[in-house]
Amino acid sequence: METLMAIVVGVLYATALYMMLRRSIVKLVIGLILLSNAANLLIFTAGGLRSGAPPLVPEGMSQPVGMIADPLTQALILTAIVISFGVLAFAVVLIHRAYEVVKEDDMDMMKDTDR
Amino acid sequence: MSLIIALPIIIPLLAGALSLALWRSHLAQRWLGVVGTAALLWAGIALLNDTWHDGIQVMHMGNWPAPFGIVLVSDLLGAIMVVLTGITGFATALYSLVAIPRAHEKFGYYPLLHLLLAGVSGAFLTGDIFNLYVWFEVMLVASFALIILGGERAQMEGAIKYVTLNLLSSALFLTAIGLLYGVVGSLNMADVADKLGQIEGEQQGLITVISMLFLVAFSIKAAAFPLFFWLPASYHTPQVAVSAIFAGLLTKVGVYVLFRFFTLIFNQDTGLTHTLLLWIALFTMLTGVLGAAAQYEFRRILSFHIISQIGYMILGLALLTPLAIVGGVFYIMHHIIVKANLFLVSGLVYRLRGSYDLKKLGGLYRTHPWLALLFLIPALSLAGLPPLSGFFAKFVIIRAGVEAGEWIAVAVALVVGLLTLYSMIKIWNEVFWKAEPEGGCSESPAYTHQGDSLRMYYLPIAMLAAMTVLIGLGAQPVYELAEASAAQLLNPSGYIEAVLGVKP
Repeated sequence: METLMAIVVGVLYATALYMMLRRSIVKLVIGLILLSNAANLLIFTAGGLRSGAPPLVPEGMSQPVGMIADPLTQALILTAIVISFGVLAFAVVLIHRAYEVVKEDDMDMMKDTDR
Repeated sequence: MSLIIALPIIIPLLAGALSLALWRSHLAQRWLGVVGTAALLWAGIALLNDTWHDGIQVMHMGNWPAPFGIVLVSDLLGAIMVVLTGITGFATALYSLVAIPRAHEKFGYYPLLHLLLAGVSGAFLTGDIFNLYVWFEVMLVASFALIILGGERAQMEGAIKYVTLNLLSSALFLTAIGLLYGVVGSLNMADVADKLGQIEGEQQGLITVISMLFLVAFSIKAAAFPLFFWLPASYHTPQVAVSAIFAGLLTKVGVYVLFRFFTLIFNQDTGLTHTLLLWIALFTMLTGVLGAAAQYEFRRILSFHIISQIGYMILGLALLTPLAIVGGVFYIMHHIIVKANLFLVSGLVYRLRGSYDLKKLGGLYRTHPWLALLFLIPALSLAGLPPLSGFFAKFVIIRAGVEAGEWIAVAVALVVGLLTLYSMIKIWNEVFWKAEPEGGCSESPAYTHQGDSLRMYYLPIAMLAAMTVLIGLGAQPVYELAEASAAQLLNPSGYIEAVLGVKP
């Protein structure tokens, strides 16, 4: 399962970077979205995949027994998802506004600030 | 454990929330900006005082013991950075009283400013890597919104580059966090440093890969070569007060984190990582200063000089001798004040003449001699002329380079210093000294203010210029402070012991 996830994550990163290198700003944002999802999946996989072992402490004990799924990675991802949701919402609004101002969906037309 | 460590985060958050509550009253928001940043400065100084006298301060959030909960840690470097945040924030808030147009206030300039300061302070004080990511994002979201306030075409174009590259850097940072957690099973900086010290053999290669991911992520934030392109494309587009706080603080957060990570956590394979840092530093200095030489726009020149100066700081880290780290810390202290000030001066020039274009400006020395003097102090300090603060910063770093026998680095640092002087003299000649060009100031300022008093523009500029002179003339105490913080950085076991409460 880890191998499969590793391949999925790798493909997601590659796709995201490819999309970000395109000239269209819409594809740029799609790339950013894929990138943040890839990073989240990577954290999830790096923490170890384990099914059917919830991190619950049995009654009368102070720590769980045996191997359990790591709750911390899930907490990290949850935080990262919320943050990336906010940031990407901003990015979508930004490209919309940029499109309104520049009237182009092309990064090559956005060179005013580089002159 | 005292609450004082959390104050530099709580104060701006509280001030930001209050500004939101006072959404309709711009007057109240303005003064809340001044009071809030002044309180932040006070909290920073109190924290630095405590850290100086009682050693590294640690606060366990929610009373969870160290590797399990989030910790706030204030060592000397962190506390110094918080004080600098307070200084820059205070100067910017004073400047904003007159310089920020009403329309921007209406769209929440002040709440965003406070949020930005909270994010920056949080990044300086946290002792947890994931928490650091969260503060980075707080800072970024606020900066995204600040950079597009106004909604002009240049701002949109600049913002797209700024947002994209910073989000890319955040994703890399997150990737590195995930891999690091997979390897060591902890994200507390002290705990990670402790555990990495025990890792040997094959795992070492993986750790180096992770350290490279962190290096790339933070180099983008710090605008180091070859990942600096977003900076000159965006920093000259927003309001000057925003530019000033970005120029002073944001890239330095990246530099601070590089200092933190590559002294505390990734100090096993210094042969590779710090040699790499050395070359990054050299190219950063050179490309920055050469980029500046080609520019004829006031703020773009200054933006490129941010990059070249970042190189000096990274050079201090790369040499990794005690003296070099002292130089790096000293450089950060000097640079934040000077760079913010130069941007404020450029804003005042724009206010007076309505242009940032050097070719259209001129003759300001004749009409505003005091402004010319106030420009010359930070400008010459940036170039490193004695007795100003920049001289000592450059002197310590170059001295460290000589002692380490890195002659190429020394040569580059000296040449870049000279070229910085060239750039500053270019601005001086074009803006202040040469006669005013025909019809040069025909452009009127793009916006008008009510109650706009020039004196209020001068106040923060004069304040920061006075600090530059004071750091230069009284370099000894500042040097001692930098020396003590460098000693802490080079002795990670002190940090680990303070956080975890055990001897590693």
